[in-house]
Amino acid sequence: MISTMRARFMTCLASAALLLAACCGVAPQASAAEAPNPVADAKAFRDYFTKKFPKVKLEDFVNGPYSMNEDMHRQWEEKEQFPPYEFALEAGKEMFAKPFKNGKTYADCFANGGIGVRQNYPIFDEKEGKVITLELALNRCRQANGEAPYSYVKDEMASLTAYMAFTSRGKPMDIKIPNDGRALEAFEEGKRYFYTRRGQLNFSCATCHVQSPGERIRAEVLAPALGIMNAMPIYRSEWSGMGTTSRRFTSCNSQIRGVPLEPQSDEYRNLEYYLSYVSNGLPISGPGARP
Amino acid sequence: MSGRKHPIVPLAASMLLVASLSCAHADGSDADFKAAYAAADTAEKEAGALRNQWTTTESTLAAARKAAEAGNFEQAVALSKEAEALAKASIFQATSEKDAWKALEIR
Amino acid sequence: MASTIRVRATSNGDITEVQALIQHPMDTGFVKDAKGEIIPPHFIQRLTFEHDGKPVFIADWGTAVSKDPYVKFSFKGGKKGDELKIGWLDNKGATDATSAKIQ
Repeated sequence: MISTMRARFMTCLASAALLLAACCGVAPQASAAEAPNPVADAKAFRDYFTKKFPKVKLEDFVNGPYSMNEDMHRQWEEKEQFPPYEFALEAGKEMFAKPFKNGKTYADCFANGGIGVRQNYPIFDEKEGKVITLELALNRCRQANGEAPYSYVKDEMASLTAYMAFTSRGKPMDIKIPNDGRALEAFEEGKRYFYTRRGQLNFSCATCHVQSPGERIRAEVLAPALGIMNAMPIYRSEWSGMGTTSRRFTSCNSQIRGVPLEPQSDEYRNLEYYLSYVSNGLPISGPGARP
Repeated sequence: MSGRKHPIVPLAASMLLVASLSCAHADGSDADFKAAYAAADTAEKEAGALRNQWTTTESTLAAARKAAEAGNFEQAVALSKEAEALAKASIFQATSEKDAWKALEIR
Repeated sequence: MASTIRVRATSNGDITEVQALIQHPMDTGFVKDAKGEIIPPHFIQRLTFEHDGKPVFIADWGTAVSKDPYVKFSFKGGKKGDELKIGWLDNKGATDATSAKIQ
């Protein structure tokens, strides 16, 4: 009893000392205890969900609401036999193969011809000092080859990313954070965005996907945040079609009465970076089907 | 106007009296609307700089503009004031969340 | 052009289970486009599955069926290798048909 009290006293003293040091000219935001540690964050993230749902296998978290609910899981298994996203997937495959006006193709812009690379995105581009998502990379590829960019929230981008995700099915999410202060900052920014409450309804992403996975919001069962990016893009019955990550981010914002930011704004890119990294190791299941 | 006495003149005079009385009572002029809307718009722009605008603020501002266009300045002013309150609330949210977010973080 | 009908039929000797996914906008006629104009109704009115010259499933649809409809049903009979014929007709008079072998 006394030893724990002493330990607590010592930590009190230590944190008081840190506070004092922090106030005395040292940068107030980052004391030694607060240095970015994505590896620790990812482990804590995973542990939180595996503890909360001990019966769910780690790789099943990528199935979102279907991993949370027995009855829904059965329906999902049936759905996978004849997935509603088949048409969008085929369209994506055709689009991916079709050359640009200048004769080049998407394959020329990606490693391995763009096949089986989805699990590496988002990538931190050290030259630019920013996060590059798959959607952003696809539009940059188009523009570099004289084509107009696609809308980030419409069918074409959804079909293309669906196809690329499909070629990576089963591969573990593999996001890298290079030893670059800007990459760490992007990760931290994404984390900050994820937990910050916004909109008139005062929800953060965490409010639904960390505090309430498996529970209902109106008629929908909420997905856990762990593995949530692994199923993107998703065919939603609600949308009667395939929708991109950008569409999901912007519509989540407006649903909580927050004016959405521009698709592929820094905040969204960093958010995708953070969410993907903390789901490293879980398999790519995209394109996904959702209610 | 003709100098002839017209039944409508006393009516018009009393209407004018009533109108000026109600003007003095509530914020019901175009100038009042412009001032109230400008305040709301400034606050909303500040919320925009903080990347935290609410959809309801935007729709209330739109409703205020619509009311003003229809000449309902009293309503337009009321809506502008509501929009300003919403915008200020969103600013408060953004500012307090700068630290408050940590309480939600998985550690 | 590729068929709008994806179908898979499997028989266990006694019962044949059929699944089909059909590509069709199934517009209700109540939705407006980006310009604010009504998208006219465009939906499948009749869907027929035939086995051995006889219809085994007929659907008379309206606008309540969503885009890219999915159908699943079972019927008695049907052996591996038998042919299943599927066809639809929509309110604009368009049709599509395909056939599949029962697996």
